[in-house]
Amino acid sequence: MTHISQEAEHRRPRHHTAQVLTTVVTTAVLGLLLAACGSANGGTTTGAITAWGTTADRPLIEPSVAEFNKANPNTKITANYFGTNDYKDKIRTAINSPQVPTLVYTWGGGTMAQYVKANLLRDLTPDLTNKQTFTERLIPSVAAGGVNGGKTYAIPMDPTSPVILYFNQDVLKQVGVAQPKTWDELLAAVPKIKAAGFAPIALGGGSKWPYLMWIEYLVDRIGGPEVFQNILDDKPEAWSDPAVIKANTMIQQLVKAGGFADGFASVSADTNADLALMVTGKAAMLLQGAWAYAGIAQINPTFESSGKLGFGPFPAVTGGKGDSKNIAGNPASYWAISAKATEAQAKTALDYLTNTVWNDAYTKSVIDAGNIPPLIGIGPQLQGDFAKGLNEMIKQAPNFQQSWDLALSPAASAEFWTQLDLLFNASVTPAQFSDNMNKTIKK
Amino acid sequence: MSTRNGGAIAHLSAPSTWLVVPALIFFLGFAIVPLLIALGLSFTSWDGLTAPVFNGITNWINQVSDPVTYNALWLSLQVIVFSWIVQTPLSLLLGVFTAGRHRYRAVLAALYFLPLILSSAAIGIAYKALLDPNYGLGKAFNLPILSQDWLGNPALVLYVVIFVIAWQFIPFHSLLYQAGARQIPASLYEAAQLDGAGRVKQFFYITVPQLKNTIIASSTLMVVGSLTYFDIVYILTQGGPGYATRLLPLDMYLTGFSASDLGGASVLAVILVVIGLLLAAGLTKFSGFNRMSSQQDGA
Repeated sequence: MTHISQEAEHRRPRHHTAQVLTTVVTTAVLGLLLAACGSANGGTTTGAITAWGTTADRPLIEPSVAEFNKANPNTKITANYFGTNDYKDKIRTAINSPQVPTLVYTWGGGTMAQYVKANLLRDLTPDLTNKQTFTERLIPSVAAGGVNGGKTYAIPMDPTSPVILYFNQDVLKQVGVAQPKTWDELLAAVPKIKAAGFAPIALGGGSKWPYLMWIEYLVDRIGGPEVFQNILDDKPEAWSDPAVIKANTMIQQLVKAGGFADGFASVSADTNADLALMVTGKAAMLLQGAWAYAGIAQINPTFESSGKLGFGPFPAVTGGKGDSKNIAGNPASYWAISAKATEAQAKTALDYLTNTVWNDAYTKSVIDAGNIPPLIGIGPQLQGDFAKGLNEMIKQAPNFQQSWDLALSPAASAEFWTQLDLLFNASVTPAQFSDNMNKTIKK
Repeated sequence: MSTRNGGAIAHLSAPSTWLVVPALIFFLGFAIVPLLIALGLSFTSWDGLTAPVFNGITNWINQVSDPVTYNALWLSLQVIVFSWIVQTPLSLLLGVFTAGRHRYRAVLAALYFLPLILSSAAIGIAYKALLDPNYGLGKAFNLPILSQDWLGNPALVLYVVIFVIAWQFIPFHSLLYQAGARQIPASLYEAAQLDGAGRVKQFFYITVPQLKNTIIASSTLMVVGSLTYFDIVYILTQGGPGYATRLLPLDMYLTGFSASDLGGASVLAVILVVIGLLLAAGLTKFSGFNRMSSQQDGA
């Protein structure tokens, strides 16, 4: 072998050949790579479709897709599931590529607005005009999350999850304080709870997103929903609204008073370490989404049955303009349809959305998990005090504010996380926070 | 090149140039071409969804005038320097220790090298749990001093990150030093022993000079590696609290994928590549590594 190749080398002007070969092979490989990028979307004349969802909603999506596929063997749905953060990155790179799934999972808000602006989502308004029996069942404030510029682009597909204040009744009883209904009562309870050897409020600051629940509720209580609407509408200096400054001043007061459990910036809410503090009786309160409820039984199965679980709305702020019945949180997640889908694919997707999503089996699976489907008149079917109490809060709420991080554009949202970190560890003043956030307006 | 024998002799001993072709294709396809694309994108405004729009040097002006960029550079520099200061002596000692041919050393070596087989993500998640102020190390050992706000205190967090990076990479560098130390001829130590040199003297006058090339190789990997270090930091802190651990690669990722400013992120990517190349070239040049002179002249 070596002998032959050495002989061959004697006869050839090898450098030249090597160069030519390198060029040829490189070109060929790059060409193949490019071709692969452009032609992955083969055979789309049938109505078979793909869907990408999150692992969190997999227990909800999987059985309904199986049911749909059984009834429609010729137009099957293939569903794939990803962790929430992985999904956010993955869909962002795929949404404008041939690999985009027909059914796109979305949280609505600023990201959906960007997709709409780039013409990447199908306008479902004409498709839904003769589906009123379906659309009229959806709670309007939740369905509104899938609407952009008066047109419907997405349909709610999972439970409504407002953010509420959880209490450990056992701790409150030992300390001898009642559930705080106003901010002043909350501030007054902090030193008493601390003196009794408990942490007043658990907070999962290591995950960053629990911080935003405090600012979004306080701003709403102080200034009403218009304040954040001005921010979303890119009004100049909207972050400098007195309500934002006051809310952030109150947050820093609470931090300074030792309201949050020590080391809160290292506590991860993604692993329910904040919830554990409240459930195990180390902390008296926790501000979290309704989704945290499912984790309580995993930490202490008898927590609710032994009467320790208390919950209520975010405290009212005396003199505030906002209605203290307003809620904030995640109205729902949504299914949108890619604008790149063929008519046949869109038809399959619509068929699934309007006939299988929120049918009896689907709704029952949500209720059985102790959650609240975003459907009108669902109250009597709900089970347990928690779901019923939550449903009352949702029904009576004049406004349901979508979590700010989802509503803001990605650039503003990224800066928001950093600024919240700095606000909670007192590295910026409320005025500096507003100045820094004002720079993200119109971005 | 050309000799009296027609230019063939020189080639007979060296491997054929053709062998470089597959590597070259991959290098072009996965390093040079993306680099050129990033350079191009750095002059555009691109959110990853719509088509990139040429916007001249706007991104460059934005990034260069942004204090966050300098903070990221400064943090990366600290990580490089402290990582080297922490990791080099420890890996050198561990490597030399495990190079000895005793059974107990082999057992210990196997334990020391354990972090090497763990993925960065696993290490990050494990440390996040260990550093939880309520349910982590402090509770396990019942030592309140271990219940610090490790990942939330801006004054502590950078050192915590440097520690975790060291925990992950010391085994790798120890392995390099172990291999290097085993190459040192025993005759050198025998001669030194006869002359009455003790263990400490042997270490400083034989082992360290003999390991010169290993030290350079390990340092280059450490410095360039620290510059591009990303995964553990992202899992532990996401660059926070605030900007406290927003290293240059993390700044690039957050700018590009969280804030969807891929033009700005491309500027940071180009800066990162230039600094990395300068550092690697500088280290090789000043250490004389490319001369590859033998350390055993006269041995």
